[in-house]
Amino acid sequence: MTTNEDKIKNLKQHANSIRKRCLDLAFNCGGSAHLGGGLSLVEAMTVLYGDVMNTSNRTLPYEQMDKFILSKGHGVLGFYAALAEFGIIDKQLLMDTFMQNGSDFIAHPVMKPELGLESSSGSLGQGISMAVGMALAAKKKGYSYQTYVLCGNGESNEGSVWEACMSAINYGLDNFTLFIDNNHMQSDGHSPEVMNISNKYTGMLQALGFQVFDIDGNDMKQVYEAFKAPHESGKPKAIVGNTIKGKGVSFMENNNEWHHNRLTQDRYNEAMKELEEVL
Amino acid sequence: MIQITKKDAKIWSRMGARATYGMAITEMARQRDDFYVMSADLCQSSGLFKFREEFPDRFINSGIAEQNLIGVAAGLAKDGTCIFTSSFSPFITMRACEQVRMNMGYMRLNVKTVGLGSGLIMAQLGNSHYGIEDGSVMRAIPGITVVNPADGVEIMKTVEALCDYPHPAYLRLTGGPGLPIVYEDDIDFQIGKAIQARVGKDIAIIACGTMVYYAKQAAEILAEKGIEASVIDMHTIKPLDTAAVDAELGKKLIVTVEEATIIGGLGSAVAEHLAPKKVKPAQLMLGIKDTYPHAGTYQYLLENCRLTGPQIAEDIEAAL
Repeated sequence: MTTNEDKIKNLKQHANSIRKRCLDLAFNCGGSAHLGGGLSLVEAMTVLYGDVMNTSNRTLPYEQMDKFILSKGHGVLGFYAALAEFGIIDKQLLMDTFMQNGSDFIAHPVMKPELGLESSSGSLGQGISMAVGMALAAKKKGYSYQTYVLCGNGESNEGSVWEACMSAINYGLDNFTLFIDNNHMQSDGHSPEVMNISNKYTGMLQALGFQVFDIDGNDMKQVYEAFKAPHESGKPKAIVGNTIKGKGVSFMENNNEWHHNRLTQDRYNEAMKELEEVL
Repeated sequence: MIQITKKDAKIWSRMGARATYGMAITEMARQRDDFYVMSADLCQSSGLFKFREEFPDRFINSGIAEQNLIGVAAGLAKDGTCIFTSSFSPFITMRACEQVRMNMGYMRLNVKTVGLGSGLIMAQLGNSHYGIEDGSVMRAIPGITVVNPADGVEIMKTVEALCDYPHPAYLRLTGGPGLPIVYEDDIDFQIGKAIQARVGKDIAIIACGTMVYYAKQAAEILAEKGIEASVIDMHTIKPLDTAAVDAELGKKLIVTVEEATIIGGLGSAVAEHLAPKKVKPAQLMLGIKDTYPHAGTYQYLLENCRLTGPQIAEDIEAAL
């Protein structure tokens, strides 16, 4: 019987593998990529696809297959890398085609449910509404799938995020979980200097009536426990994961130069070496 | 199938466009159970109270949150279910424009948006509530069908057709209580197929929505002056029935008239189709001339925008 400790250790290994794949994808694509924000959400992706969601069984019918929406559309690196890590998309196909002409895998997800891509995102603040609709459909029709959606802290400046949250509460969606990848940074810099609200999301979600977890979003154990915690009846769940933008690569961490940037061979080597040394 | 009699046509005319939509969707819900209806706190204004009463499980309110309305509708539509959403025309097309663009245009989810009170019918409520640009904006988004029915009967037929139509669509409702009758009986209605409302050999008036009736009025006035006009009910602005336009290429003049801005709507769609042709008649584009008209009664507004029957006839005569 696998203990929780073993589980967490195993998930951490997957997270490391996912981070390396993020760097490979970013380097191989020949251009710039959203590295900072693609790395901060790796623990959430690992827990969801590596344990919590039932998506490893690709034969499940629509009504049963858990659904995930990457509302923070530019977080594709960590997302695609996780889909590949856990067998939902082909590793080689992803590596060969990411950001190439005609690819299914571009800088923001393009809807293709058979590839685990539930939504075309990129325009921030819209994915949570769709996730609400999907969870609501499940409630109304007796579908058994759980709906998960991940958004960013910069993204949560968008009012539409709060419209969606308001409605999740009102529709009583206890089959719905929101994860905010709260790395306290956004395109123009540190959030306190751009729009100082990231520290308030927990309180706002609590005030709305969510079942809220405020955690270290890069601590695998905390992320795992937050996702695994049972839903309170009638309430949607919100996990505010305080993360580090660029997590896992020291020169990227909290460095907004890596919001969207290109890896040189040297930088790639440096980053990979750090990830190798972790395990 | 919705039954249509002369008596029904009169009732729907009295009720106006919005209440007729409410009636139509409620009747469809009695006949089929494969769609949901949503509103942004405007049940009252879209004749949906009855629907909500009879089918509480199939009705969802978003509150005054149009962006979320469309996003939630899209999520509900992911398993293929058809979702009808409604709000006043500027809000559902422009407040929620990006959600329409992404969910309906890009992801092609089976959501129908219904724009209530489009055109100038919102009268003293002013331009915040008028539908001037809504059809044009929707037409510009790839993949969205745009329909503007002429009267109560056609609204009924459109709603019925949309229940079976597997694509995202914008239903633009113009006109209010006392909505003039164009069709007294059942019609052979198909989305994308224009209806010839009047035959005439000299000029063609292509109209949509409320303007079909006023175009016919104008045609009668012109007939007395020896000018015979055909009137085409181009209810579907996108995809445009280009064959119906081509059938009028022999006329001396093609007139387009819409209760909307002349920029980007029916007139523009026709002009776009005619543009590459080397031989074609001139086109007179009638509609709201790129302005926010000063508020007043519906009649006051129509007159100021030169959209009454007599004014349309005058402008046509001047163009000939």
